[in-house]
Amino acid sequence: MTAYNFAYLDEATKRMLRRAILKAVAIPGYQVPFSSREMPMPYGWGTGGVQVTAACLVPEDTLKVIDQGADDTTNAVSIRKFFQRVADVAVTERTAQASIIQTRHRIPETPLIAGQILVFQVPIPEPLRFLEPREVETRVMHALEDYGLMQVRLYEDIARHGEIARAYAYPVRVEGRYIMDPSPIPKFDNPKLNNSPALQLFGAGRECRIYALPPFTRVESLDFDDYPFSATKAAGQSCALCGSTVSYLDEVITDDAGGRMFVCSDTDYCAARVAAGSTEDAA
Amino acid sequence: MTPLLQVENLSKHYGAHLGCGDVSFALWPGEVMGIVGESGSGKSTLLNCLAGHLRPDAGRVLFDTREDGPRDILGMTEAERRWLARTDWAFVHQNPRDGLRMNVSAGGNVGERLMAVGARHYGDIRAQASDWLERVEIDVGRLDDRPRAFSGGMQQRLQIARNLVTGPRLVFMDEPTGGLDVSVQARLLDLLRGLVRRLGLSAVIVTHDLAVVRLLADRLMVMKDGRVVEQGLTDQVLDDPQHAYTQLLVSSVLQV
Repeated sequence: MTAYNFAYLDEATKRMLRRAILKAVAIPGYQVPFSSREMPMPYGWGTGGVQVTAACLVPEDTLKVIDQGADDTTNAVSIRKFFQRVADVAVTERTAQASIIQTRHRIPETPLIAGQILVFQVPIPEPLRFLEPREVETRVMHALEDYGLMQVRLYEDIARHGEIARAYAYPVRVEGRYIMDPSPIPKFDNPKLNNSPALQLFGAGRECRIYALPPFTRVESLDFDDYPFSATKAAGQSCALCGSTVSYLDEVITDDAGGRMFVCSDTDYCAARVAAGSTEDAA
Repeated sequence: MTPLLQVENLSKHYGAHLGCGDVSFALWPGEVMGIVGESGSGKSTLLNCLAGHLRPDAGRVLFDTREDGPRDILGMTEAERRWLARTDWAFVHQNPRDGLRMNVSAGGNVGERLMAVGARHYGDIRAQASDWLERVEIDVGRLDDRPRAFSGGMQQRLQIARNLVTGPRLVFMDEPTGGLDVSVQARLLDLLRGLVRRLGLSAVIVTHDLAVVRLLADRLMVMKDGRVVEQGLTDQVLDDPQHAYTQLLVSSVLQV
């Protein structure tokens, strides 16, 4: 344990990260540049999220790490082990008991409470990336609130597919100002971003950007008046394990003959319901 | 009445080289001003200075804004200039590829300006886009096609529709008929003349084609080596050129 500084990063780096985080909290939805460090894992595995988590951790924290909603997938297990080793903090799989939750691609089903911090791993922080190739220009567009182009993308979706086809990383507007990429969470989770009592931090390691949603921030998903946003999931299905009809479901292929089942993507939520003997739907 | 656009002593240098020098004129509401001259005479530099794309070294450009009356566009913030550029102004590029989004459908191209000023009703945006396609004589069935599937003339007409959809008061055109064959040019000119007259637009048209200004422009400015050498009513300048360069220009037109 003594071989590492607490939470792996040196104190000067953590200070740099905390300054970026404070600025991000002060300007909700604005992408703050920071000098991202090399971490002992490849880009795309959550280097941004890990740095934000390391900057927020204190020895009293209880950490939960999820990947696609699950506590037991490779990415979640390796990051959890990493922080157990370099910070010696308590870890948990229960959403309600965690003080910091690092997540990839999901927001837990159990509602978050005040005092919790949710850290997102972000691959592409710039919501205008594939619309406007020049990064200099996208920054000007953010500064001047020149967001017509984002709406053009949604228009194109409806013109081509009859609906807004974007199912994840669905763009949101923060406090009526900045347009933000909520990281690749399913659009089912977008309403949970809005007015959340927890602090939500977003870290993009390769792109060197941190942004944040302070507690109780207004977050609206972009849409058209006659094509309103809807938080969709697998229609008409319920979890094969716990029977929930309200949670976000993963489709699992079970054999080569087309057999499939739907299960909750949030393993903690599902396990808790199974343990309580519930196979009927409840929130 | 105040002029819609008042230009005073506008100059732009590229290093030691003069782009355009000491240009002054007034454009009145409903008037079309033509700027002619050979390549490199500073026409496009002047147009880009007027439209706020380039920053001139000296001079003033006063635009009669809807809210606050005449204001110097060079003293505006970038945000104000961009707002003007997508509401009261339009800019038609010579090459439609510069003015269109080639990987967005025709409807999306026309709707972009509407959405940029806050339109959020898909049905209304689409209805307006179809209406404008009809006005520029493009088949409404092509609404969801991308511009790369269009011919050059259609692309240029689409660019015009995209620019006029928010009802601008001032249109800048940089060689709008350049690169089109003569019959397509004639059709485009006919369309432009109709739109300009019907909508009461004011326009500044840069071209080297004297036929274009003869058809569209009320007044004409002749530029050479960055300076205005002659200006006046179009017919007057073309029929009775005073400056040696204008005489050369007029006599250079091929007669078929």
